[in-house]
Amino acid sequence: MSANIAAAAKAAPSSDETPAISVKDLRKCFGDHEVLKGISLEAHKGDVISILGSSGSGKSTMLRCINLLETPDSGEVRVDGELIKMKRGRDGHQIPADIRQVERIRANLAMVFQSFNLWSHMTVLENLVAAPTHVLKRPRAECLEQAEALLKRVGIWERRNYYPPHMSGGQQQRAAIARALAMNPKVMLFDEPTSALDPELVGEVLRVMRSLAEEGRTMLVVTHEMGFARDVSSKVMFLHKGEVDSVGEPKEMFARPPTPQFKQFIANFNK
Amino acid sequence: MAFDFYLSTMWSVLKALPLTLEIWFFGIAFGLIIATGLTWLRASGYKLGEYFTRGYVFVFRGSPLLVQLYLIYFGLSQFDFVRHSPILWPILRDPMYCTIVAMALNTAAYESEIFRGALRAVPVGQIEAAKAFGMSAFTRFRLVTLPIALRLALPAYSTEIILMTKATALASVVTIMEMMGTAQKIQHDTFRPIEVLTCAGVIYLLLNLSIARLFAWVEHRLSPHLRPPPEQSQLVKPIPEVL
Repeated sequence: MSANIAAAAKAAPSSDETPAISVKDLRKCFGDHEVLKGISLEAHKGDVISILGSSGSGKSTMLRCINLLETPDSGEVRVDGELIKMKRGRDGHQIPADIRQVERIRANLAMVFQSFNLWSHMTVLENLVAAPTHVLKRPRAECLEQAEALLKRVGIWERRNYYPPHMSGGQQQRAAIARALAMNPKVMLFDEPTSALDPELVGEVLRVMRSLAEEGRTMLVVTHEMGFARDVSSKVMFLHKGEVDSVGEPKEMFARPPTPQFKQFIANFNK
Repeated sequence: MAFDFYLSTMWSVLKALPLTLEIWFFGIAFGLIIATGLTWLRASGYKLGEYFTRGYVFVFRGSPLLVQLYLIYFGLSQFDFVRHSPILWPILRDPMYCTIVAMALNTAAYESEIFRGALRAVPVGQIEAAKAFGMSAFTRFRLVTLPIALRLALPAYSTEIILMTKATALASVVTIMEMMGTAQKIQHDTFRPIEVLTCAGVIYLLLNLSIARLFAWVEHRLSPHLRPPPEQSQLVKPIPEVL
């Protein structure tokens, strides 16, 4: 297992540049259940990392620890070299030391959720404009212009004045991706973006994600889409029971599964 | 003859409508302020705050408004310190103020429960999305939690406001000549309860009808996302092959 990580590190582009995301020895328990048992990860600019793993392997939790939607128990997260400062809370658990810092970093790590989580009382356009105007304090007119361009790009400009409940899942998820893009994020976090979609709607969302990968966006994608992991991502990371089981080049990983667990995992998918 | 009597009674009772509205307005206005404070205290996470609001709701929701009104108007003046207080006495010796205080305290208990429920019903995912986009706690509350919670609270809140309209009639028992007080006086003078009470009842009905319509309109304005989409026929262009 460690050999795999070393190999992946060697394969990574120019190692002296600051990684966009660097996670070290992340641990997280929910009660007695240890979900993350020391996970490390490095994403450089332009990396598209697919994070695979069966349900309960900790992949979503890991993603949510990066933008502090979950607070890790220990370990460190750096975004663009900047360490997210933590401190001990009164109950002994780790909590963010500086919530302003967390908010600033979150604004750079736009997230796309499994269940879209578009703000249902706002139109699509308002959804795209809310955070850029109120968090990044950019002028509204400029944000609106960018929002319309993004909606054109993901193909739902016609629905800009619709409310999220009036759209199909695929359209909602494309709107959610556009909402994330409106923040001009350094890294995009995708938490199972296609898992809540009807099978026939998965394609339209994947196509948008593929185009983002092609333009060199840094993306961490928790997914069950083996095709996407194999063909689009630059690196695949397989989590098993809260640990990094294997990391590597996607083609290599799928052609020759490095561990029995990963082999078993893809075998289950090909059934 | 009967028609003339109806007309004159209607007119007399209607002349007391402004007073009813005054009690109603200040009762719900102060009630809303207190309820907001209670909700904040309850949601703040402090144990002491939670116990206080629980106790408050237990007392003011659990006992009749009439008992509360009597206790405030007749009961409190029994204490020397109230009668000698330069702040309390001007308020508590006036039946109008007493009614408003009783109504505000009472409705605040119900409203704080309505707001608590609405806040808890805001979908977690919507708040998480606001967090993930770097919104501060205040921005999150203003842009996401509050607008959603208000929409959820509105139907129950409008019911509470209608209950408050009817509760203004209790002011008549502490000498206020609002609509009910006026109606009762006419009834005592004329011994024609059916005609008089029907007049009062009809005015209350119409008043509540307009309040209900007003809230329905606000609700309609605030919830386009819960109705069918505007033009369902409008087709979405297929996603372009080259992005």
